[in-house]
Amino acid sequence: MTITVKFFASLRESLNLSSQTLNHEGINTASDAWHKATKGAAMPHNVLIAVNMDYVKDTHKIKDGDEIAFFPPVTGG
Amino acid sequence: MKIELRHQAFDPWLELQHAEIALRDSASGQFGAACIFVGTMRDLNEDVSVKNMFLEHYPEMTQQHLQNIATEAIDKWQLLNLLVIHRVGHIEPNDNIILLAAWSAHRDAAFKACRYLIEELKHRAPFWKKETLSNNSERWVTKNTPS
Repeated sequence: MTITVKFFASLRESLNLSSQTLNHEGINTASDAWHKATKGAAMPHNVLIAVNMDYVKDTHKIKDGDEIAFFPPVTGG
Repeated sequence: MKIELRHQAFDPWLELQHAEIALRDSASGQFGAACIFVGTMRDLNEDVSVKNMFLEHYPEMTQQHLQNIATEAIDKWQLLNLLVIHRVGHIEPNDNIILLAAWSAHRDAAFKACRYLIEELKHRAPFWKKETLSNNSERWVTKNTPS
């Protein structure tokens, strides 16, 4: 009954968090996962969220076993 | 279709030569146009001298989204072949960052597909650039250039 939360790029550095496994209990949405993983840090307005590699909104429902990623705007190419 | 993430420098012209030779076997006589985009690292960004950069990515998601974008382009413009090579890791000025190539029967499809690929990739594929400046300080690139 766990989920995985990952942070990338400048978010990983500023929060000093990369990947962690959390108990799914009490985490209903992606926003809940952010707040539990960061211990209540404010979510940047431009954060991008992916669940199991697909982009979602912060209200996306989280299921057991999900991988949730938070990262800043992408800059490839 | 070939989509690859590369940790080492690559020669886009050699890659194109190999792809073109293979296509002459698999789609002989069918393609009338190829459009190519090559993106290269500059030593200047936002008026500041840049020594090198690190291109971070989210491996599984990056591969998946490159695949999705490529499939969309093939379906939308009936492409005969597509080549996407994108660097990750440590990159020096003059290194090629990306190679996109689209082959089609006619030029309009190839041009449009190539433009679609680079714009969608820049907005959807999870890559992030961290630059090391000439004074050895580091900064994250926070947004794409407008065009």
